[in-house]
Amino acid sequence: MPFVRLRGPLKQLAGDRAELAIDGGSVGELLLALEREHPATSGWILDERGALRRHINVFVNGEMCAQETPVAPDDRIDVLPALSGGR
Amino acid sequence: MTELLVATRKGLFVLEGDPGAPFEVTARAFAGEPVEYAARDPRTGRVLASVTSPFYGPKIWYADDLAGEWEQADGVALPDGGETALERIWVIVPGEADGVVYAGGDPGALFESRDGGASFRLNRGLWEQPSRPRWQPGAGGLCLHSIVPWPGEPDRLALGISAAGVWLTDDGGATWRRGNEGIVARYLPDDPPADEVALCVHRLQRSAKRPERIFMQFHGGVYRSDDAGETWNDIADGLPSDFGFPLAVDPADPDSAYVIPLVADTDRVTPGGSVRVYETRDAGASWTPRGDGLPPEHAYLTVLRGAMDQLGEGESLELYFGATSGAVFGSGDAGATWFDVARHLPPVHAVAAS
Repeated sequence: MPFVRLRGPLKQLAGDRAELAIDGGSVGELLLALEREHPATSGWILDERGALRRHINVFVNGEMCAQETPVAPDDRIDVLPALSGGR
Repeated sequence: MTELLVATRKGLFVLEGDPGAPFEVTARAFAGEPVEYAARDPRTGRVLASVTSPFYGPKIWYADDLAGEWEQADGVALPDGGETALERIWVIVPGEADGVVYAGGDPGALFESRDGGASFRLNRGLWEQPSRPRWQPGAGGLCLHSIVPWPGEPDRLALGISAAGVWLTDDGGATWRRGNEGIVARYLPDDPPADEVALCVHRLQRSAKRPERIFMQFHGGVYRSDDAGETWNDIADGLPSDFGFPLAVDPADPDSAYVIPLVADTDRVTPGGSVRVYETRDAGASWTPRGDGLPPEHAYLTVLRGAMDQLGEGESLELYFGATSGAVFGSGDAGATWFDVARHLPPVHAVAAS
């Protein structure tokens, strides 16, 4: 099962766990599953449209990716605030 | 002791002091994050704050003790799976009924809480307005920034939306109607259609002792309604400019209003480098500049729509406003004299006094 790594407030919202094993065939599916398993994260990564928030970046095995990017069982997914969001 | 909740681009600052001398910063929350608005509900003491994280989106937070933990309010979101996401919460206002708190946001969304702000629900009547596809955002977005309850009548409410005009309800928000008659928008062609909604209201304030009277700062115009927002009369004659954002009133005097004119929509700073609050005590028939203690020259400030508030009434009315320069000013004598509250805060979005 792929595992998701979270930092900062996202980690806290996910029960203060920095790494979580989450099932999903794509990044988008995986993020929705994260919301289901940890409802406190709802609205923090995806907005009401189901779109990735503009200043959140997701990486699969270190490569920046999109919601449609497929995810394999051993993949590592990092969800990080983007440099572009700082003001 | 007066408490100011100063919402800034870099967090919420709590200031405390007495009129006449600088206040002390006694607390800071949401460090580094844009706080759009914060207010203390006088009925419960609860503080509610809207925070728009550039990373994680807009949220409302509440705390019953500023030294304790903040909790995230539930339900501050648009319907899942739609084409629109909530951009920002502009204002939070206690309602008249027990436990009712309203929040207004972009895109023109009204939320209602019945548990003091712990959870909110979207007002469907306004959200599903047939004219909504014609609503246009102003420079700050499609912001619902003014929520004006009617003292003692919880079902009556007026809203101001930039740029979708004034909206009125008499049934607790089940149905809404426009209240725009008499408003003239210079940015529209002459003779716009009667149902024109692209009206850029900047701020509404209701007179507490004569609630059918509402004052409005418009995008080029200052107006007064004496019929609860159905029709409007221009009262800007005598002001150096009819452009501005904030508005305050003396709750004891239904003929009173305070505005802070800026040069124009193309130059949103205090005219001539002089910071002046303009006061009327005759319902807009005349205006008097109040600037004793405010910067008289070389001061080109911008004061945003939520960045002015009043506390108390009559001769001891306290007035406070903050600028995007980070300066906050106050008056403890209804605007006759002014003092520096704080000089070097981050850009001020909103000020709330209690």
